[in-house]
Amino acid sequence: MSILQELTNRDRVFEFLAPAQSPVDVRHGPILYLEDVNVSFDGFKAINNLNLTIDDGELRCIIGPNGAGKTTMMDIITGKTRPDTGSVWFGSRHNLLTLSEPDIASLGIGRKFQKPTVFEALTVFENLELAMAADKRVFPTLTALMTPEYRDRIDEVLEMIGLKELRQALAGILSHGQKQWLEIGMLLMQKPRLLLVDEPVAGMTEQEMERTAELLTSLAGKQSVVVVEHDMGFVRSIARKVTVLHQGSVLAEGSMDQVSNDPEVIKVYLGEEA
Amino acid sequence: MGIFRLLSHLLLTVFVLYPGLVQAQVDDSEAQQLLTSLAESSFAEKKEVVNQIAGSGDERARGWLESFASNKLGRIESSGQFIIVLENRGRDWTVESALTGENLGEISRRDIDTVRVNNALRNELESILSVLDLKSPEEHNRLTAARALKGSVDGVLAERLPELMSDEKSDSVRAALTEALAIYQVEEQGDVAAVATLSGSLNSQARAALQQAMRSDDAALVAAATKAMASIEQKLKLNRAAETLYFGLSLGSVLMLAAIGLAITFGVMGVINMAHGELIMLGAYTTWGMQQLLPGQPGLALILSIPAGFLVAALAGIAIERTVIQHLKGRPLETLLATFGVSLILQQLVRTVISPLNRTVITPDWMSGSVMINEALSLTLNRLYVIGFALVVFAGLMLIMRKTRLGLEVRAVTQNRAMARSMGIKATKVDILTFALGSGVAGLAGVALSQITNVGPNLGQAYIIDSFMVVVFGGVGNLWGTLLAGMTLGTINQLLEPWAGAVLAKIMVLVFIILFIQKRPRGLFPQKGRAAEG
Amino acid sequence: MWLMRPLQERSTRIFLGVLFASLALVSVLHVFMPQDSALYVSAYTVTLLGKYLCYALLAVAVDLVWGYLGILSLGHGAFFALGGYAMGMYLMRQIGDRGVYGDPLLPDFMVFLNWQELPWYWLGFDMAWFAFVMVLLAPGILALVFGFLAFRSRVTGVYLSIITQALTFALMLAFFRNEMGLGGNNGLTDFKDMLGFDLRTDATRLGLFIATGIALAMGYLICRGIVTSKLGRVSVACRDAEARTRFLGYRVERVQLFVFVVSAMLAGVAGALYVPQVGIINPSEFSPLFSIEVVVWVALGGRATLYGAVIGAILVNYGKTVFTGIMPDAWLFALGGLFVLVTVFLPKGIAGLLFKPRKSSDASNTPPAKEATA
Repeated sequence: MSILQELTNRDRVFEFLAPAQSPVDVRHGPILYLEDVNVSFDGFKAINNLNLTIDDGELRCIIGPNGAGKTTMMDIITGKTRPDTGSVWFGSRHNLLTLSEPDIASLGIGRKFQKPTVFEALTVFENLELAMAADKRVFPTLTALMTPEYRDRIDEVLEMIGLKELRQALAGILSHGQKQWLEIGMLLMQKPRLLLVDEPVAGMTEQEMERTAELLTSLAGKQSVVVVEHDMGFVRSIARKVTVLHQGSVLAEGSMDQVSNDPEVIKVYLGEEA
Repeated sequence: MGIFRLLSHLLLTVFVLYPGLVQAQVDDSEAQQLLTSLAESSFAEKKEVVNQIAGSGDERARGWLESFASNKLGRIESSGQFIIVLENRGRDWTVESALTGENLGEISRRDIDTVRVNNALRNELESILSVLDLKSPEEHNRLTAARALKGSVDGVLAERLPELMSDEKSDSVRAALTEALAIYQVEEQGDVAAVATLSGSLNSQARAALQQAMRSDDAALVAAATKAMASIEQKLKLNRAAETLYFGLSLGSVLMLAAIGLAITFGVMGVINMAHGELIMLGAYTTWGMQQLLPGQPGLALILSIPAGFLVAALAGIAIERTVIQHLKGRPLETLLATFGVSLILQQLVRTVISPLNRTVITPDWMSGSVMINEALSLTLNRLYVIGFALVVFAGLMLIMRKTRLGLEVRAVTQNRAMARSMGIKATKVDILTFALGSGVAGLAGVALSQITNVGPNLGQAYIIDSFMVVVFGGVGNLWGTLLAGMTLGTINQLLEPWAGAVLAKIMVLVFIILFIQKRPRGLFPQKGRAAEG
Repeated sequence: MWLMRPLQERSTRIFLGVLFASLALVSVLHVFMPQDSALYVSAYTVTLLGKYLCYALLAVAVDLVWGYLGILSLGHGAFFALGGYAMGMYLMRQIGDRGVYGDPLLPDFMVFLNWQELPWYWLGFDMAWFAFVMVLLAPGILALVFGFLAFRSRVTGVYLSIITQALTFALMLAFFRNEMGLGGNNGLTDFKDMLGFDLRTDATRLGLFIATGIALAMGYLICRGIVTSKLGRVSVACRDAEARTRFLGYRVERVQLFVFVVSAMLAGVAGALYVPQVGIINPSEFSPLFSIEVVVWVALGGRATLYGAVIGAILVNYGKTVFTGIMPDAWLFALGGLFVLVTVFLPKGIAGLLFKPRKSSDASNTPPAKEATA
């Protein structure tokens, strides 16, 4: 019965017609477009009329106090949480609200979680192998072979994230900072068009932070990057454009200087921190 | 036979027609005389004497006739004193004086001459007694007698009934008499007018009369009877629905009782206690043990079992939590396996220590029997008590959850364990108390179950899967969900049973839940928010 | 090929070596030793060992889903029993007119129930190939439908365990009914022969034993092939961080469904080999107790190792044979105690005791604790 409903009711093309693998269309402007999005949990409005546009190749920082809705926003973009109202588009062709998490991931949206989530029972190498852009259906995965090109690609990323020596170590034994790096590495393996990075430098040393900043800025241009971060120093070091979220909607948007001089922002956020 | 009947009718007529005969007392010598003639006359004459006694208006008359009919009226050979036999087992019989009611103790049965009665006479006595009852000053007696008349009215009585009815002050007695008369009229006379009276009656005799009328040659009668029958069927259907609902609610409250403790522990600790069924079993065995300790007082034992069952199960629950579950924090599937092991051990323990056979738990008098709503619907008392008990337990739990500190902490830990701990709530203490509470409620469920099912080592197993289904259906961490789920599943089960059979009904409910979980993976009342999505 | 890959592993070669050596040893001792020798292996023992091997294959199937996919199935007995019933139906039809009532078409219990014709779902079971296909298809299709519904709506963890238990319980109730046309309470029994071999002869019994051993070897290879493939690593990823796996672009529910169906089919094969050896299949194989017992074999042997499942199944069932012989009452105590002791004190099972994880490449030894709500 429920299957029937699915066939008839959903305003979605059938799976075999779904344009999941078709390229992202950014000819007409932004790569990510959120309009009038609302989400509430048991009456609590986590996201309140949120409007957000990310341009192709942009590096955007999103800041905001706890409970501003940053993580919920990422959940919506990646398909984990469905908004009550509003629309979310990836390019001008893909309506993200009709797609599942794997679909969204294969469209080219990669996500790094706030709490580093790596597969602890697998090695660093295997973690990267799983993340690698490849045919991710069941049977191709079963018969997949490790080709030299793949190995080279993994080695390249291992080099980039500085975990080359630990390639055969279980991810579970890595330090917090190393796990952060591994997760960033997994993002890179996915070759996403859009990277959503949630608190990338938590638990990192100054040096590691610098390297992360370098990496993220070098990615921008080719890929679009959205960074959610608490560390103001880090944001200042990478940000070109900053969006401030407060109580589920955009409070201010602009360069770091513009934003940090905005009286509203100072009141609700920077003022508290200072 | 014919002549007896004629005589009796004649005399009955006399007695009914001349209520003046029905006066207060007869004095003892007169009574002695009446009884002597009853004892000594031939069966044909006895009939007349019986009517004299019935017409005497003496309040002892009923007792005499009743004991006469059941072979318990006798005369002591030596003294000629009339007696009523109270106890006729063995060689010596316990008797009382028929005239004074004085208990005369035991007398050898050889010294007693029973006043003889035959079947024809006994039949007559029945209707004479019921007419006598219809004259009783007690409304309750009249009502019972009037109801008993349905389907056993004969011609003579039928003629007299209208008069009795007009004298009758109680509406319900009059209604019963009217129906009894109508049954006679439909059955014996094919009276179309009387059919209307029976329309809507739930009495089985009335239905029999109508069915007979439907087979008659009289088209008008058949039409009327068919119509009346239809209205009866309608009413019966309603009553059957009410009965199904009652059984459904009763099964539902059992399910709810069995599941609610599970829902609490599952909600707070995220673990499934597979030994929950055995905690229910312990509660039931506590009831049995109490009744062994207090022989002869099953009611008191049952009431004491309520706190005792709670305690026993709660202690067992704490023991399980301390020895097994606390070592398996964060490994819910392993907890499931370990507690299953505990359940096997508990079952085998009961088999070894007590017995592998079912134990009998006595249902106290005030819980047996049933409440008659109407002639087609009566509710068994024990199930009614179980429904009430379940609701009381539910209300109690609700109070604990809403109004006490423990309830607040339990709700906090259910929603976010880490956060609750950082707010200074001792999660370990909450775990222990929750487990004790959930297990104790299982014990209460056991006490209730002991009244409606067999108490044996497999009692818990029979209910554990059902309880899981209730929890899965209702959702975790919401007592209302458990209540609603229990009642719904109980009712669905009972609704399906008549046309699918018990086993198939159960299978269908299980399949229903497997499908339901598709739409609502977290039950009817899921927890929402970021914490629940983990 | 992914199926051949495990043969390069040392552990697989050791396992297969020990298995085939045991098969050969038992066969030799049974055939060539004089009956009065202490080393003689009786036909009874051969069948008993064959039964253990069936259980071992079932345990391997359970370990595949529990150990590597994190799905604790408390209903694998249902797949085992379905495979068994498919085989049982074939064996029933092989009886032909040699039944008690001598009906050429209908099995005895149908004659007894006054049935006039064979129900449609019995058709085809007179052909061995059809029955053997059904041994795979019956459990496979059940697993496909059930798994599709469950995984699609992301029922996991404890909830999934409970509904798998409800599934096998519902099937048990259904198979108890005479109207099912599968022998009701008594099940299917009184088998005569299989593929033309008389089931009561020692040679057939030995043959079944060896066939079971080979099936176990193949089942082990298939499972090992899956877990050493990239799909195996994706399974482990699903087990430990389902949401993360999804964000990498894997369709977790399809991975789960594939592995679950393979596992169910293996369980079905185990059941099919079990039935001719024990000579009966009845609804008690569906009982939730049996399914959960299988899980404890795996837990004892060591989950996510596959060979541990084999060790556990053989050990527990040997213990059961011994125990129920000496003091039948104590068996449930022992089994219950085993559940508790293994989960509390031996989370990695015997395999974890015997072999310290040597190298990190055998990644799946220690499944980390998952969040309670996951």
